[in-house]
Amino acid sequence: MLKGETVTVSILVDKQTKVIVQGITGRDGSFHTRAMLDYGTQVVGGVTPGKGGQKVDTLDVFDNVKDAVGHTGARCSVVFVPAAFAPDAIREAAENGITLIVCITEGIPVLDMVDLYHELKDRSVRLIGPNCPGIISPGKCKVGIMPDHVHKTGGIGVISRSGTLTYEVVYDMSEKNLGQSTCVGIGGDPIVGTSYIDLLEMFENDDQTDAIVLIGEIGGEAEEKAASFINKSVSKKIVAFISGRSAPPGKRMGHAGAIISSGKGGAEAKVNALREAGVVVVDRPDQIAEALLAADSGRPMPMPNPLDSLGGNAGVT
Amino acid sequence: MTTLGGKAIIKAQVLTGGRGKAGAIRAVSSVEEAESAASEILSMSVKGFPVKQVLVAEMLDIRAEYYAGITVDREIKSVVSIVSAAGGMDIEEIAAKEPEKIRRFVMSGVTDSNTGEALAEWLSESFQNQALIEQAVPTVENMYLLFREKDCSLVEVNPLAVTVHGKLVAADAKIVFDDNGVVRHPDIERLRNPEEYTADELEARQTGLSFVSLSGQIGCMVNGAGLAMATMDVIKSLGGSAANFLDVGGSSNPQKVVSAMQILSRNKNLKVILVNIFGGITRCDDVAQGILKARQEHRINVPIVIRLIGTNEEKGSKMLREAGLSVTRRMTDAVRDAVECSKGRQ
Repeated sequence: MLKGETVTVSILVDKQTKVIVQGITGRDGSFHTRAMLDYGTQVVGGVTPGKGGQKVDTLDVFDNVKDAVGHTGARCSVVFVPAAFAPDAIREAAENGITLIVCITEGIPVLDMVDLYHELKDRSVRLIGPNCPGIISPGKCKVGIMPDHVHKTGGIGVISRSGTLTYEVVYDMSEKNLGQSTCVGIGGDPIVGTSYIDLLEMFENDDQTDAIVLIGEIGGEAEEKAASFINKSVSKKIVAFISGRSAPPGKRMGHAGAIISSGKGGAEAKVNALREAGVVVVDRPDQIAEALLAADSGRPMPMPNPLDSLGGNAGVT
Repeated sequence: MTTLGGKAIIKAQVLTGGRGKAGAIRAVSSVEEAESAASEILSMSVKGFPVKQVLVAEMLDIRAEYYAGITVDREIKSVVSIVSAAGGMDIEEIAAKEPEKIRRFVMSGVTDSNTGEALAEWLSESFQNQALIEQAVPTVENMYLLFREKDCSLVEVNPLAVTVHGKLVAADAKIVFDDNGVVRHPDIERLRNPEEYTADELEARQTGLSFVSLSGQIGCMVNGAGLAMATMDVIKSLGGSAANFLDVGGSSNPQKVVSAMQILSRNKNLKVILVNIFGGITRCDDVAQGILKARQEHRINVPIVIRLIGTNEEKGSKMLREAGLSVTRRMTDAVRDAVECSKGRQ
């Protein structure tokens, strides 16, 4: 750290964030606890029911979230608990003082998420995921499983529904000297706790973020919703890539979404909606960096007016 | 036939729509007719699905056809009931032809008695007639209970038919189960129909690989679903076509890679195999070991284009280069090579 460096606060997590790991004694939990500690994240403890009193690395393991929060003062939790128990783990965190929950777990049944989403909506808790790689603010904090060495500090905010595709994009950006303010994987499941819109709003108001990269994919209509939000409320430059443009219809496409939105859900609709909102949509992941570097993007690089804040906490669910 | 009143409908049982148009649903009025219709239908295929079973059902005198469905609305994160006074055709078709008739009602989070009243009021607008409404309410309620109990992602009754006698009958139905929920329903897992998948897809499922057969010439092996889809997109944007979608998953057990390579190499249309790995949890040396093992154990007659980057990249690349394979670090370069290969061999 440079002498005289000011403490800068990024969205969601930063150097001060104290993190507990739910499912810390598991294979993935213990492995990534080590990796997060190595990155400099303040991991302060972990939870595995029945294993209270044990240690993982240098960290205390607690039987429940209440004890972990009581002893460590953590407000952030990262969940590695298997799918069958993950909804209860998230519930427990929300009920015991955790305000930011990052759920890595893949495979949670969609109906469990429907119920959980509505339970959390009325609490001052933010859930990222499930089925996501987590959050990283390069140089400050990593709460998740991403290969951190591909990241670089900088001014680009990244939001994505995918894991490895995000690593690909970030790697390419970093090579071209486009560092990141914060990267968030919102998760690949049909129902996730935090939407593109929530994060677009945070990045718009974050003075460390100059431009935003949005990585979407087929299914549902989250990208279309994001496009209409961008149209009204985001002034920063946005570059997007939508994966699945060559995927055949009918295979793995969210049938439910297609029924309800009649005509929405395919890649082309998303691309068109984003382009209409002034977003630069590229055809290949390696064109994202080029588009960010291009001076003329079709969307003006605005001077954000601090008085022009979006107001309220509409994005907090 | 006798218990059905001398008349019946013979319906092909296949996991696809469009059976009526394909002639796989027939009305019959004698045992002889039923036998010949059934044997004809049993020798057919509907959209590539061979008919192995028929259903002999009661012939209804239908006065009107409705649509009723329960599904998850991803945008409002809720279970919704969808009803349309126009039924009998695909919901996509209804949406295109008579969108004003499609109505939605939010079901989740409301399980108390008020739901019944609100639901009845909502249904009354589509069904209008009191006798029909009284039948529609328990029908939709039961569909919702089934939806929740069995972790469904779609419960659809179409048509929800009204007979000339004013009886509401579920004349046909379709249920889709949530893949993530099936683990807690062994009874549903047992219903899984192998015919829904290609032989390659079935083998991939057993090996724990996520695989979809496609019609192109470039076999893909990628880690991560998003990157796998993006790889297919880049192939297309550079003028090639993917033979499959294949996600080898997060951890790279070399044996999984061997199985993946084996499944890919069986495809007769294949001109080249493209391996695209961005190592995180996945270790490049594990992948390299898998590729080399696959080459030893199985006859792979097509060139292999490999892109490796990330965890243990140097080690993996060295192993492959020593075996005479070329390795690149950039995804677009690898895809371009693979597309060239696929064209050169045509």
